[in-house]
Amino acid sequence: MNRIAGVLVLLVGLYAALYATRPSALDSSNLIDVGNRQGFYGIMAIGVGVVMIAGGIDLSIGAVVALAATSFGVLLKNGVHPYSAFVITLMGGTSIGFLHGILVTKLRLQAFLITLCGLFVYRGLARLLTNDLQVGMNAILREKPSFVPSVDWLRFYLTGHEADGKLAFPAMLVLLGVIAVVVGLILQKTSYGRYWYAVGYSEQAARYAGVNVDRQRIVTFMIGSTLAALAGILLLLKDSSVKPDNAGMAYELEAITGAVLGGVSLRGGSGTALGIVLGAAVLPLLKNLINFLEIPSALEPVVIGTTLLLGTTVDELLRKRSSARKSG
Amino acid sequence: MPIPLIEAMAIRKQFPGVLALDGVSCAIVPGEVLAIVGENGAGKSTLMKVIAGIYTPDAGELRMNGQPIRFDGPAGAMEAGIFLIHQELSLAENLSVLDNLFLGRERTKFGFLRLLDRTSMAATGRDVLVRVGLPKELLHVEVGTLPPGQKQLVEIARALINDAKAIIMDEPTSSLTQKETDTLYGVIDALKSSGVSILYISHRLAEIKRCADRAIVLRDGKLTAELPKAEINHANLVRYMVGRDLKQFFPRDHRKGAGETVLKIRDLRFAGGPGSGISLDVRAGEILGMAGLVGAGRTELSEAIFGIRTITGGTIQLAGQSVPIRTPRDAIDAGIYLVPEDRKLNGLIVDATVGENLSLPNIGRISRYSWLSRSGETELHRESIQRLRVKTPNARQTVGLLSGGNQQKVVFGKWLARGPKLLILDEPTRGVDVGAKAEIYGLIDELAGQGVAIWMITSDLEELLGMSDRAVVMHEGRIAGELTREELNEEAVMRLATGGSE
Repeated sequence: MNRIAGVLVLLVGLYAALYATRPSALDSSNLIDVGNRQGFYGIMAIGVGVVMIAGGIDLSIGAVVALAATSFGVLLKNGVHPYSAFVITLMGGTSIGFLHGILVTKLRLQAFLITLCGLFVYRGLARLLTNDLQVGMNAILREKPSFVPSVDWLRFYLTGHEADGKLAFPAMLVLLGVIAVVVGLILQKTSYGRYWYAVGYSEQAARYAGVNVDRQRIVTFMIGSTLAALAGILLLLKDSSVKPDNAGMAYELEAITGAVLGGVSLRGGSGTALGIVLGAAVLPLLKNLINFLEIPSALEPVVIGTTLLLGTTVDELLRKRSSARKSG
Repeated sequence: MPIPLIEAMAIRKQFPGVLALDGVSCAIVPGEVLAIVGENGAGKSTLMKVIAGIYTPDAGELRMNGQPIRFDGPAGAMEAGIFLIHQELSLAENLSVLDNLFLGRERTKFGFLRLLDRTSMAATGRDVLVRVGLPKELLHVEVGTLPPGQKQLVEIARALINDAKAIIMDEPTSSLTQKETDTLYGVIDALKSSGVSILYISHRLAEIKRCADRAIVLRDGKLTAELPKAEINHANLVRYMVGRDLKQFFPRDHRKGAGETVLKIRDLRFAGGPGSGISLDVRAGEILGMAGLVGAGRTELSEAIFGIRTITGGTIQLAGQSVPIRTPRDAIDAGIYLVPEDRKLNGLIVDATVGENLSLPNIGRISRYSWLSRSGETELHRESIQRLRVKTPNARQTVGLLSGGNQQKVVFGKWLARGPKLLILDEPTRGVDVGAKAEIYGLIDELAGQGVAIWMITSDLEELLGMSDRAVVMHEGRIAGELTREELNEEAVMRLATGGSE
């Protein structure tokens, strides 16, 4: 709860800074735009957050995003109906997560290592699949005009963009809200959630309590990669074109950052859906602020890194002080 | 009574949040072995550290040979001849025995050249090794290669070289084999007759009976009794340590005798186990004690039955039905529950709450279609906490913040709600204070009375002798023998545990 209050303060501070910099930044079109991005990152952060709560990590998110985005395009190009392509791509993500889970639990390999390998392999597969060429939605739709209505429908209701690219409403934020409510209910109200926290805190103790640790960990990897694949589809829909060699690059780091800011522990066992949503909202907002402050784009990573360092340090200090008060 | 070598007078020591010593007085005369007894946290170690100059008392004074004395740190106490042999030995493992004996006090020759006088040191070194019962050939052996028992003796030898008048031994036998313990007893007797005083901290009552001339008992930082040799017995020690009678301590109020065989193991082999198969029966309503030295394979056997270790051969029958056990889940579904040896690693999720721990193995009972029932869960927590008298403000307390005894009650609580058929207890009272111990014994007796088959692995002889209806002893992975309640005594157990025949 403390953690959520902390990240809320950070968010309010950033919105206030945005307003102070340029009051017009708080007009609805900018807020909708930022909100949509927050939704996009939040979906990936929820995915990796679930994996991390159960004691794992997923470094392959960015590569899965690229592979899903390109696969979705390639499927359409080959005449697969958009709705079918959507489901097939999601299932592909689920399979990747299943593979991660099997490798981690049955071969007893570290999740860090497995998903790091995945990061390279899926990126390579995405490039192989497309001959390293850009995938463009407009070109695909010119070839398959019959897909236009369903792609438009998906684009509008999933990303909020109209056919001409105009943003009508923050659909991805709404989508995130739905996903977060579902994941939050699973975490707090079902046996799955209980098992994930238990496995994340102490795999051993969970096993001794009769929890099927392997199955639970596999399920969390499947959720993580499915949400990454969803983000890949959203990426192609909203950007209209993706390049296999850089689409989704470093998204895993931003997703992990969001989850950690929102209270997910790198050691596993803690974190909430609400916290992750709030934590994932920080980065897009910060980027927006940097934009308005007219900080040279080359400095953007420096500002992001420094802010996050400060944020986590302050949080750590506050936590130490409160635990010292408790034990003292 | 001769002038005491050391006198502690109304020693008081306050730590943040706890009064460790509350006006404790004691005295030891030359050549006496004084045992200091008490449960964990009673103040034994604090008192010894005050005498050894590690802590400065807040009030009270120390006297040596009748003169008030103040130590500035342990070096001062050593100067005066008081040495503390630590639980964790403090020897330089990479140096030889000789180097360790004289570490920091090397004898040198040729003035400022400070050339080591090896001949002189070796001569003295050999003498003291003989005094502590070690072969003199050990002088040039690297300390790291010695077994724990010999290391301890080297520490004692080091104290003797520095003219020790009093040696404080803090649980000296905790890592020793029976044979090493016997050697240590011999050394203690020899030291005693040469006029060295020994302060002996232990919680093993049999040991205290064996070597102490006198015992003082501490409880909650206060001296509760001072017992002459004739009055050192289990009943007295326990009464003053716990404040209640021995009979109540190991209750047998509920047991109605053994019933049908619940667990029948035949020729069981498992990964990491011995080559030959193990057979064992546990009956309903009985407490089967299982003894053996550390490493005898008791925990490994229980892990195989609980599905942690892979079973490679043999059969396990539960109430006449053959049960395949591959995972803990299989064991739990069959009604076999384990209270594991390492509570903090395997028994509990220490960072989670009392409630979350209690719920974890019972989630099937408090959920429907994976959906948790809030009221069912609250009810489960309330019942378990009440039944086991867990001292916790509420179910939302982090379990790691509870005392060892209350943590262990939570581990029991995880299983009780399920109605166990067979309960495997691996060191059920390790790291548990005496008050909670008594409650846990009461609970075990009650469960056996309800017909639960109890298989209790323990290294605590008092516990084994006090609680078991029957005992088996393991030695090097095999079952060395079985003892009925009538045959059950310390010697019989130790003989089997060390490989002697029945």
